[in-house]
Amino acid sequence: MAITVSQKSIPYLKALVHLAALYPLLNLYYGAVTDQLGGDPVEAVIHFTGIGALNLVLISLLISPLAKRFKLSFLMRFRRMIGLYAFTYGLCHMLNFLFFEVQFDVRLFIEEVFERPYITVGMSAFLLLIALAVTSITKLRRKMKGRWQTLHNFTYLIALLAVIHFYWSVKSEIIEPLIYFAMYAALMGFRYKKLRGWKDKLFSR
Amino acid sequence: MIIKTTSVSECKEHTITDENVYHQRRELIKKMGFLGAASLLSSPASAGILDIFGEEKTPEALFAQNNLSYAAEKGGFAEELTPEAKITSHNNFYEFGVEKQQPAALSQSFKVDPWQLKISGEVENPLTLGYDDLYSSFDLEERIYRLRCVEAWSMVVPWIGFSLAELVKKAKPTSRAKYLAFETLYDPVQMPGQRSRRLGGGIDYPYVEGLRIDEAMNPLALMSVGLYGKTLPPQNGAPIRLVVPWKYGFKSIKSVVGIKFVEKKPPTTWNLLAANEYGFYANVNPAVDHPRWSQASERRITTGGIFAQNRIPTLPFNGYGEQVADLYSGMNLRKYY
Repeated sequence: MAITVSQKSIPYLKALVHLAALYPLLNLYYGAVTDQLGGDPVEAVIHFTGIGALNLVLISLLISPLAKRFKLSFLMRFRRMIGLYAFTYGLCHMLNFLFFEVQFDVRLFIEEVFERPYITVGMSAFLLLIALAVTSITKLRRKMKGRWQTLHNFTYLIALLAVIHFYWSVKSEIIEPLIYFAMYAALMGFRYKKLRGWKDKLFSR
Repeated sequence: MIIKTTSVSECKEHTITDENVYHQRRELIKKMGFLGAASLLSSPASAGILDIFGEEKTPEALFAQNNLSYAAEKGGFAEELTPEAKITSHNNFYEFGVEKQQPAALSQSFKVDPWQLKISGEVENPLTLGYDDLYSSFDLEERIYRLRCVEAWSMVVPWIGFSLAELVKKAKPTSRAKYLAFETLYDPVQMPGQRSRRLGGGIDYPYVEGLRIDEAMNPLALMSVGLYGKTLPPQNGAPIRLVVPWKYGFKSIKSVVGIKFVEKKPPTTWNLLAANEYGFYANVNPAVDHPRWSQASERRITTGGIFAQNRIPTLPFNGYGEQVADLYSGMNLRKYY
């Protein structure tokens, strides 16, 4: 049941993805600036961009299993942009915290990053995401050859860190974070052979 | 919707502004109901991409609040009030959902009449207050208090109510009464958070709280039945709630049905859930951080959007040290957080 998509329609589909990723973000900040996000616009923008980034990372991890399983190879052409939107949402999430939560109190920001394990974990995920975003440039990708794939396998770690960050940040409502853990486990399950290969390699040394 | 309140006399003149704010709140809640809880997207199709959990119903009709007669606040409280629309749309009341907008969206059909507040235990005069008694048994007065949430945001709220001390005196505690144990209504039919673990955040209901009896006798401790001149809306703890302004907000238990005078320190909900994070005392204290975030400063929620945010230092006992610090003299507040 391989579905092929004509070369011509790819740009339209890409425009659609851009719209689907950007519209909620613009809508969010419009609401935040005009005070239409309920009692606390800061909490609203932080949560929305955070969960958005996590969802996009998971979607990016869903693409290659889907493409392989259902022979939807055209999907692979959307993976980079979805990854870059995950980075964009993550960047907004981090900047929301710096600008609106701690309000440029850089000392407090640094303290929070190092003293609060859940923020340390989130920041680690974001730093790794920066490395992936930068190396997504085609020229760099070509230069890096095989090492590129090695670096980009860190997506698995980023997703795990992001889920832990979410789980750790909530007060008591752990059901949603647990659902995210389950989704992460499923995505890793699709990569069982690859992960087992790594394990074997590690232990045969 | 800017409410500038620089002097206390101005907060009394709330009738005209109130109506405006009230109608805006109506809009706000409608919008939130339509848009969904965490989802800020306008179409459900795209909401699916970024927020798989956003689902909410539009409330049928807003809960009816009644006007109250009360003695207006006299003191010179200089801080700007948090607008009514924000006080009534940003709530931690897990019985109606863990997200801040959920209580306003999911509680509007809550029934408060009839109500029974039962005062029992180690007292000579056990009593039960019915719905009308809540407003007529004691003289009502306005108290403008800071409210500091343990999550490091704060508001300034014009409550209406009566001193908890008056209620304690009426009940005549025996010499064995050392603590007060408070309990919220348990009614899973009306409170969706008590039915669903996901909506209710995994808390064992009913929600319970407690005070030492000398804390309860402090003149600041308030039993609130209203805010902004009217009876409380459900999301703020209708029909009656506790307000202890020198403690983190979770101590100020909502929709109270029972106050029992007891000899031993009673269990409290958040302490049961995570004892290393939430103590029995829960006094606002900038020197003792929550294990997962700093308590040294707070974001004050007033008017305006994201650029009108206001981070201010947190004060010991939320600025009420003069009135309450004596209650804790000689206590290690790091140990008894």
